[in-house]
Amino acid sequence: MNPIRKRRLWMILALVVAAAIAATLVALALQRNVAYLYTPAEVLGGTAGESVASGEAKFRLGGMVAEHSLKRADGSLQVHFSVTDGDAQMPVAYTGILPDLFRENQAVIATGRMQGDTFVAEQVLAKHDETYVPKEVADKMGLAHQKHGVQTPADTPPETR
Amino acid sequence: MAPMQMLPELGQVALALALLVALLQAALPLAGAQRGKASWMAVARPAAFAQALLVLCAFVVLTVAFVMQDFSVRYVAENSNSLLPVIYRYTAVWGSHEGSLLLWALILAAWTAVVAEFSRKLPDEVVARVLGIMGLVSVGFLSFLIFTSNPFVRLLPAAIEGRDLNPLLQDPGMIIHPPMLYLGYVGFVVPFAFAVAALIDGRMDARWLRWTRPWTNIAWGFLTLGIALGSWWAYYELGWGGWWFWDPVENASFMPWLVGAALLHSQAVTEKRGSFRGWTVLLAIAAFSLSLLGTFLVRSGVLTSVHAFAADPARGLFILIFLSIVIGGSLLLYALRAPRFEQGAPFAASSRETLLLANNLLLVSACGMVLLGTLYPLLADALDLGKISVGPPYFGFLFVLLMTPLVLLLPFGPLTRWQREQPSKPLAMLAPWAILALVLGVVAFFVAPQGPWKTAAGVAGSAWILLGTGRFAWTRLRGSGRFTPEMIGMTLAHTGIAVFLAGALLVEAQNVQSELAMKPGQTVELAGYAFRFEGVEETQGPNYISDLGRVQLLRDGKPLALLHPEKRAYASGGQVMTEAGIHAGLFGDVYVALGEPLGAADDPDRAAGDWAVRLHIKPFVRWIWLGAALMALGAFVTAVDRRFRAKPAATDTTRRHA
Repeated sequence: MNPIRKRRLWMILALVVAAAIAATLVALALQRNVAYLYTPAEVLGGTAGESVASGEAKFRLGGMVAEHSLKRADGSLQVHFSVTDGDAQMPVAYTGILPDLFRENQAVIATGRMQGDTFVAEQVLAKHDETYVPKEVADKMGLAHQKHGVQTPADTPPETR
Repeated sequence: MAPMQMLPELGQVALALALLVALLQAALPLAGAQRGKASWMAVARPAAFAQALLVLCAFVVLTVAFVMQDFSVRYVAENSNSLLPVIYRYTAVWGSHEGSLLLWALILAAWTAVVAEFSRKLPDEVVARVLGIMGLVSVGFLSFLIFTSNPFVRLLPAAIEGRDLNPLLQDPGMIIHPPMLYLGYVGFVVPFAFAVAALIDGRMDARWLRWTRPWTNIAWGFLTLGIALGSWWAYYELGWGGWWFWDPVENASFMPWLVGAALLHSQAVTEKRGSFRGWTVLLAIAAFSLSLLGTFLVRSGVLTSVHAFAADPARGLFILIFLSIVIGGSLLLYALRAPRFEQGAPFAASSRETLLLANNLLLVSACGMVLLGTLYPLLADALDLGKISVGPPYFGFLFVLLMTPLVLLLPFGPLTRWQREQPSKPLAMLAPWAILALVLGVVAFFVAPQGPWKTAAGVAGSAWILLGTGRFAWTRLRGSGRFTPEMIGMTLAHTGIAVFLAGALLVEAQNVQSELAMKPGQTVELAGYAFRFEGVEETQGPNYISDLGRVQLLRDGKPLALLHPEKRAYASGGQVMTEAGIHAGLFGDVYVALGEPLGAADDPDRAAGDWAVRLHIKPFVRWIWLGAALMALGAFVTAVDRRFRAKPAATDTTRRHA
């Protein structure tokens, strides 16, 4: 083999090895850091899987904050509320500051895991503005929830306020 | 109707005319260059100017509609409000989907006009092809605007009151963030157009490449500024105290940045040594394609993220077709024509070329990693694998893994010679500085009050780059004394990386934060600072009501600053926004954000009572943006190097021994 071919061969080999290592690392990192989104009905009904229901796996809980469910112990950062998808409700516990757009009857995504019957949230994200519902939550909640005002901003005519 | 009320229709006509001119600018010069017809090619330049003027007209018309509060224009009614302060009426123009696309088109037309003006020394065929390709891109954008996202659509009957600009965007940082970002995104169209022109022609001329380099630098500099501004804005406006979230929208702007950084380096190799020709062309295509992808990912609302204000899947099809034409077409051309490029000068395993190749591979891998993590949830959704999200640890872990070798190799690059170098030479030059950086890292490990590993890594890595870059500057100054703007730019940008690295790792390691309930008059101590909460008062802003908090910051019993964290409720829509109170310093920020009132919900005076408060001490956080500013400055300084403008003596072959 002439030197140029030899060099090319080495470069290709190095590239293949590097690509293999990279692919393995990426796959491992993805596997560990992917969080699935489930609604309360999916968790309680068992479609989310055993590891989610038992509290082993971290996941994201999506749905609407149920009406009259928000309770905060006076002068403390502990909050309790329920997330509903129309079919089922799930009690949620959280300690910390809720996002600006957190309201009852509005969409929310909480990250955390189950502890017994309660979902203990590490992070709570609320929807972005008064007409926007996270697409994945909107997709997941059936027609029963369209009545909560699941509209995209583009369909909403500007109203007179 | 009075002429003023006809303005939006005029804007629409201007856009339609701009589309026609863009078609002309694309078709005639490209065909002319192919057939060698000078008169057809001569159309390119005037068409570029005319198109820029027409798009500017449309943009001015939309701005006037915002300033005059014409709520009979649907886009204005949706994104403005009679209470909106005048300055935000100007910036509301690009506050949502349609207007931001118009801004994109305007910046594209402006870049095209500037290229047309400054390309008079280039051969006619090259100019015709480059402007023709930019015209094609413009055709895509203008038809997207006109057919799917027309900002001039009327609302009849007119709304009495507008819906208001998204309060997140009513902020000085947001005024300049989108234009900067777009200047960067759109700027990559220049290297892209040159790359495609070179592919059509089947050869790559070193002169054109030299001529393109400043454009890439300027585009990348603006992109850096745009991303840094976005990060800074998120820091003080979102109230979480974070500066980077690996949010899909941030990733969308970060991908072209990474590939752009690779392109800067690869262009230098191709221009000076003639190597990497095909690779440079591929990177130029990738940088612009990722810019397009970024624009559309953000604006089409396919991503679930805080930025997806415009959720309209109907536009998706157009975007998909446009993207596949641009990306697929240019890659096909690449596959057909790139093999024709001649090889550059050969280089040994130990040479600057190899180091720059490593730089490119690492940056491109990082981009691929971000792309995968960003698109994976979309793919999984499309393939029915469930609704998933990829967490920040994925990005954080892989990014650190990929950037560590880059940081380690960086100081060697400028000190290693082209083509062939004795590995022992740069090693010997840098060894003492490597030892010094290590010693500093070890000292930092023991001095650090918390997070010793990250602190040590930040100090050692930053010192290594800083000392290594300093070593290069010293060698140049003491040796030949020739220090071109290109070298100054590189030194500045590399220093920027050192500053950024120190900031990012130190703030991650040393950040102290606390979320707690505070009573008016209560004092809390955190990391040597005392915070006295003096309560919250209701005040009236122009289009919002604010709960204005007062927090007295003390150090060693002495008052340091009075911070005003705010909670704003906007009049229209009742959106609530957090404005952090920040005591900024070069060596660290003290950051206070209001959470929510903790009194009973039916208590009318609850705002005056207890509040949930978030306190942060953020050492060295400013260095993150300072580093980015240095990188951008480096890119701009490089761009003014006279070498890029000098009329070259060589005709069409690459200079082999620069």
